[in-house]
Amino acid sequence: MKVDIEKANKEAASRILKAKPTVVDISTVGEAVPGMKKNMILHAGPPVTWDRMCGPMRGAVIGGLLYEGMAKNQKEAEELAASGDIIFEPCHEHNAVGPMAGVATWSMPTWVLENKTFGNKAYCTLNEGLGKVLRYGAFSEEVIAKLKWMETDLAPILKKALEKHGELDMKNLISQALQMGDEGHNRNRAGTSLLIRELAPYLVMLDEDREKIAKVFTFMHTNDHFFLNLTMPSAKCTVEPVAGIEGSSVIYTMARNGTDFGIRVAGLGGRWFTGPATMVDGLYLPGFTAEDAAPDIGDSTITETSGIGGFAMAAAPAIVKFVGGTPQDAVNFTKQMYEITVTENDTYQIPFLDFRGTPTGIDLLKIAETGILPRINTGIAHKDPGIGMVGAGLAKPPQKCFDDALEAFAEKYGD
Amino acid sequence: MNVKPINELFKKDLVVINMGLESFADNLKDQKVKVLQMNWKPPAGGNKKIASLLAKLGR
Repeated sequence: MKVDIEKANKEAASRILKAKPTVVDISTVGEAVPGMKKNMILHAGPPVTWDRMCGPMRGAVIGGLLYEGMAKNQKEAEELAASGDIIFEPCHEHNAVGPMAGVATWSMPTWVLENKTFGNKAYCTLNEGLGKVLRYGAFSEEVIAKLKWMETDLAPILKKALEKHGELDMKNLISQALQMGDEGHNRNRAGTSLLIRELAPYLVMLDEDREKIAKVFTFMHTNDHFFLNLTMPSAKCTVEPVAGIEGSSVIYTMARNGTDFGIRVAGLGGRWFTGPATMVDGLYLPGFTAEDAAPDIGDSTITETSGIGGFAMAAAPAIVKFVGGTPQDAVNFTKQMYEITVTENDTYQIPFLDFRGTPTGIDLLKIAETGILPRINTGIAHKDPGIGMVGAGLAKPPQKCFDDALEAFAEKYGD
Repeated sequence: MNVKPINELFKKDLVVINMGLESFADNLKDQKVKVLQMNWKPPAGGNKKIASLLAKLGR
């Protein structure tokens, strides 16, 4: 052996457990995200070109260009996106993450998180709610109007409240949310409630119009996924310090763009390994069926990568009403994930499993040995641009990306 | 005459754990025998290429 893989993975596990994800600010993508440009659109998953983008990703890009005033209508936006004048890059390559299409443009507000142990930052836009929203590929006038309100009212008001409150300890909030029935990916009702509880005293003290403040409260209250856009960058800045650990087979990125599912492995640097994005087995909103669904999409699998989300489903039995299955399935999913992870979390615990720590740090080699693939729960977007969310369910990643990564890992480190 | 211990087994209710092909367990279930199917797969799911890559890594 060229390296001590066990030792490298212990180091990776240690860095993940030591992480202290913390909300430090609300800024804008243009100001805060490293390497961002005015003609750049960040997207979920591994790199993808306009011609290969799936329907909801295209819809979100069209919406992003309308939002920025770079196009007046769908046709203009499509022509601009195809012209080569717009740079498309993965959120993940800019220390950012985005749910579903994950589209982030220059003027959008962003949460700024810092891992206080290692000093690295992570970014994620603010959650728009469910249904007809940009991240599910919708771009109608009401979608753009809501995004504008988020820029002019929601983000500035929350920023002021956050400044009065001080930094938010996300590790603490996520660990509490897990004990209240969340898993941090598709169930964030407890986390959202905890966030409101934290910020409420500071929101009411602001010198702002009361109706505006009430609208901020109502928006958070009526959107159980509001906390998702905080669990995701928390997870991102938690696992990022393992990138580049020589000899480590721990996976530090799992992300989908609706066309490809991609992973990155600590000991193999920034290289993406991809396979075709799979279809999601799920429950559908009234009026929609599996025939309407786009393949698996979004950076939200960063939650599973860090040891929450699908890996912590045993903490969230009620989630099966949203993604399908039974509470026993949720327990079984979590138990199975212990087979493919390097450690158990010392902070994120599952009451039903006698407060056992969540399975944490996905090991590429254990996946190969056991044939067990990571469990993911996810929202489902309509396959066509402009429509939005149609359901939620459970997804399995494609085997190919793990096989290809193993081959590269064996080539680099094998005898 | 010595009675082999295994003969004692057939005087009791069988308690079976089946490892490998599930059809063996199904046959026993059809005969109303209690059987537990162990969740087991050969290493690397029997995939020779994956197994050889793992061997290169000392696994």
